[in-house]
Amino acid sequence: MQADVFFFWILAPLLVVSAFAVIVAKNPVHSVLFLILSFVCAAGLFLLMGAEFLAMILVVVYVGAVAVLFLFVVMLLDVDFTRMRQGFVEYLPQGLLIALVVAIELIYVVSGLGPSQRAAAAATPEGMLSNTAALGEVLYTRYFYFFQAAGMILLTAMIGAIVLTLHHKPGVKRQDIGAQVARDPKTSVEVRKVPSRAGI
Amino acid sequence: MYQLIVFLPLLGFLIAGIFGPWIGARGAEYVTSALLGVCCVLSWIAFVMVAGGADAHVQIANWFTSGKVVADWALRIDTLTVVMFVVVTTVSFLVHVYSIGYMSEDPSQPRFFAFLSLFTFAMLMLVTADNLVQLFFGWEGVGLMSYLLVGFWYEKPAPNAAAIKAFVVNRVGDFGFSLGIYLTYQLTGSIAFDQVFAAAPGLAGKTVHFIGFNWDAVTLACLLLFMGAMGKSAQFLLHTWLPDAMEGPTPVSSLIHAATMVTAGVFMVARLSPLFEMSPVALSVVTIVGGTTAFFAATIAGVQMDIKKVVAYSTCSQLGYMFVGLGVGGYSLGVFHLFTHAFFKGLLFLCCGSVITAMHHEQDMRAMGGLRKELPVTFWTMMAGALALSAVGIPFTSIGFAGFVSKDPIIEAAFVSHRFGAMYAFWCADIAAGLTAFYTWRLMFMTFFGKRGDWSASLPAKAHDDHGHDEHAVRESPLVMLVPLAVLALGAIFAGMAFRYLFIGAGHDAFWRSSLYLGQENDILERMETAPWLVSASPTLAVLIGAGIAYYMYMVDRTAPRRLASGFPGLYRFLIHKWYFDELYDFLFVRPAFAIGRLFWKGGDGAIIDGFGPDGVSARVLDVTRNAVRLQTGYVYHYAFAMLLGAAALTTWYLFGGVTQ
Amino acid sequence: MGIGLANYLGLAAIVFTIGIAGIILNHKNIIIILMSVELILLAVNINLIAFSTYSGDLTGQAFALFILTVAAAEAAIGLAILVAYYRNRGSIAVEDINSLKG
Repeated sequence: MQADVFFFWILAPLLVVSAFAVIVAKNPVHSVLFLILSFVCAAGLFLLMGAEFLAMILVVVYVGAVAVLFLFVVMLLDVDFTRMRQGFVEYLPQGLLIALVVAIELIYVVSGLGPSQRAAAAATPEGMLSNTAALGEVLYTRYFYFFQAAGMILLTAMIGAIVLTLHHKPGVKRQDIGAQVARDPKTSVEVRKVPSRAGI
Repeated sequence: MYQLIVFLPLLGFLIAGIFGPWIGARGAEYVTSALLGVCCVLSWIAFVMVAGGADAHVQIANWFTSGKVVADWALRIDTLTVVMFVVVTTVSFLVHVYSIGYMSEDPSQPRFFAFLSLFTFAMLMLVTADNLVQLFFGWEGVGLMSYLLVGFWYEKPAPNAAAIKAFVVNRVGDFGFSLGIYLTYQLTGSIAFDQVFAAAPGLAGKTVHFIGFNWDAVTLACLLLFMGAMGKSAQFLLHTWLPDAMEGPTPVSSLIHAATMVTAGVFMVARLSPLFEMSPVALSVVTIVGGTTAFFAATIAGVQMDIKKVVAYSTCSQLGYMFVGLGVGGYSLGVFHLFTHAFFKGLLFLCCGSVITAMHHEQDMRAMGGLRKELPVTFWTMMAGALALSAVGIPFTSIGFAGFVSKDPIIEAAFVSHRFGAMYAFWCADIAAGLTAFYTWRLMFMTFFGKRGDWSASLPAKAHDDHGHDEHAVRESPLVMLVPLAVLALGAIFAGMAFRYLFIGAGHDAFWRSSLYLGQENDILERMETAPWLVSASPTLAVLIGAGIAYYMYMVDRTAPRRLASGFPGLYRFLIHKWYFDELYDFLFVRPAFAIGRLFWKGGDGAIIDGFGPDGVSARVLDVTRNAVRLQTGYVYHYAFAMLLGAAALTTWYLFGGVTQ
Repeated sequence: MGIGLANYLGLAAIVFTIGIAGIILNHKNIIIILMSVELILLAVNINLIAFSTYSGDLTGQAFALFILTVAAAEAAIGLAILVAYYRNRGSIAVEDINSLKG
């Protein structure tokens, strides 16, 4: 019990602070790094809650892929730092107000739930499967169609990303397989009558 | 026959009005004049018949019946009616003929003649009315025609303003008149004259509650009806329109503003004599107003420079005399003066027109002088009119020009009457007689005697109006204009003496019979003979003094007018500005009316109705659009923000409103 | 005191709010917006896992998995668009995205 509380009260504030830092940081690279820190904290919280599969997936997919992608893009784009600072204060009141309103409403909803019933009920009670196995049981049976749909989404995303950003530089030689395969004698072979001992 | 008399002018109007473009000016003139000539002959025949004792009542149709109110179109033919017939149709016919010459250069002659005929029709409807509503129809009709005819030359601004002024001031009087009609109906339960007159004696002593006071019913009704007469006959306080109405063509002035329309008020009071006899208070008011008008208009006439304005104020003054006659109970006196006045005043106006035409539309007397050699016929006919107007005659007899025969009895009657205000009216009328002589002879001397240019030193400089005439030739008018002058001159000379016996002499009872009601104590016509000799002679004395002063100032010592005017500058200015009535009314009524109108126009209509209505709606729509456009910034970022706002709002709503199951 | 459901939910609420604030208050570049979206999705995930834990139902975790998938796909596409946009416009400052302005 104590470890729960202890770790929660370390990870949670850290998560909040780094989330805040994401949006406040001047340097976009710093923003991405703070985002990574947020993800890692969240993974820790998931572990606390007993969802270890998801925690690992969070780290592998989110941090390892998405955040790195962010980093790549940030590095790729030539961003002008000096222009960034302006305009922050202009919309501060309205933005803060909206954010506060949303926060208050959420907390209002949450507080209506009353004190917690059990502390950190383990998602893996004794005698049962591990979290991963349990998840797998549910995923491939009940939510199979959603699973396949998720796959389709990923496929679409992949194709979409390539389509959007693929950019053939002119003047670069490359293979056109289709043309190669569709070659016929007429375009590639030229029959010449060669007189003997004369050459072309 | 009576229907013919009334409706032939209407036919003339329809022909000239509708077919004017086809029959042309000549056609319109001849048709209308001929129809009116027939009317005139028929009227004189009717006069003889009715004078001999043949009253008539011709029912034409029912106009409307609403509840207990029954209004018929009916002709009431009695002595008073035929007297008016004669006056109206004779003068109208002569004016038609005269206008053939006077308006010969006008581009819209058919319209003019159509209007003249329609006016005659309206006037005849007025005098033959058998009930108050038909009288009012005629009343309004002549008011309308006055507007149309005064504003005949509507292309110019001055006639338009004058026409509107005439109509509006008349309207003020008509307001009182209609209230009087309603009150009469309420008191007697009917608007037909027969019933009203029968019920009149029973109304004595009744009171009616009006504007917080208890009034004697008949007095109030008569006062309200008299208010209409004040407007129509241009009496003191509602007189301001008459001088301005001189903007109309001179034949119009002669017909409408001398002989007929302005006498409608006099006619109305005489017609309603049964009612008025029930109310001594109302009659006193009539007397006082009449006397005041007679005096005050005569003072203004003495300083006018426009020849038509002198005659206009003279008309106003003479109408005052008529009301004095009516007010002291001598209804026949008033009507007799109306009769003679129609002749000589109509004559004077037509002569003015002749002079004006000869002087190439110059109306200022200061540009005239010495015209008696160049316009002999006009001069002699105008002389007849002037003698009639200034009441020249032999006192103690009935020998004299028309004005003398009809005006002196009024002055005598005012003296002997016991009515409150009669003595005041006597003094007003007596002094006015002198003033009348003064301004009449002033007009004659300035226009016809001396030399041209005698008075032109005081002419205001003005732009030369070129009519394409030979500027210096002053020619006598054509025959078509001179014949009416001659006929009217005969009337001006002889009408008084010829008709005195019938109207106010010994034969008056048999003549008037029941058309003029005389109360039990009304013996004014008899007592009039008992006036002291000085009273009977005083008008003639006044005339001699007035004429003498005029002779001295305008023939003997021509610098006298200037010296007199500069000697009393305040008084002179007061008179020249017509006792400042126009300025007073402008301040009291016109400016507030315009202010209210502007308030309602700009403030009410413009700001409120338009502001909340079309203009406001369109302006709000534009505002909303302009603000809505600001949402379309083009920033995707702003759009995202808006989406977020929407999401937050929806959440809030469902949070507090609950999601319905 | 133990860690209850409310704690996790409150935490998720705060992170959610921070994500929203990041979208609204960001004037620097588009990448911050994308990162804020990731934060929002993270908050949702925390919520789901918490509910799944405290109700003993694994549906929450399965759902969180799917959300993860979709978030990754969406981040990829978003960045691809961003890159394409950058190639055409040469800038990723938020103010410069105003060609819709009438």
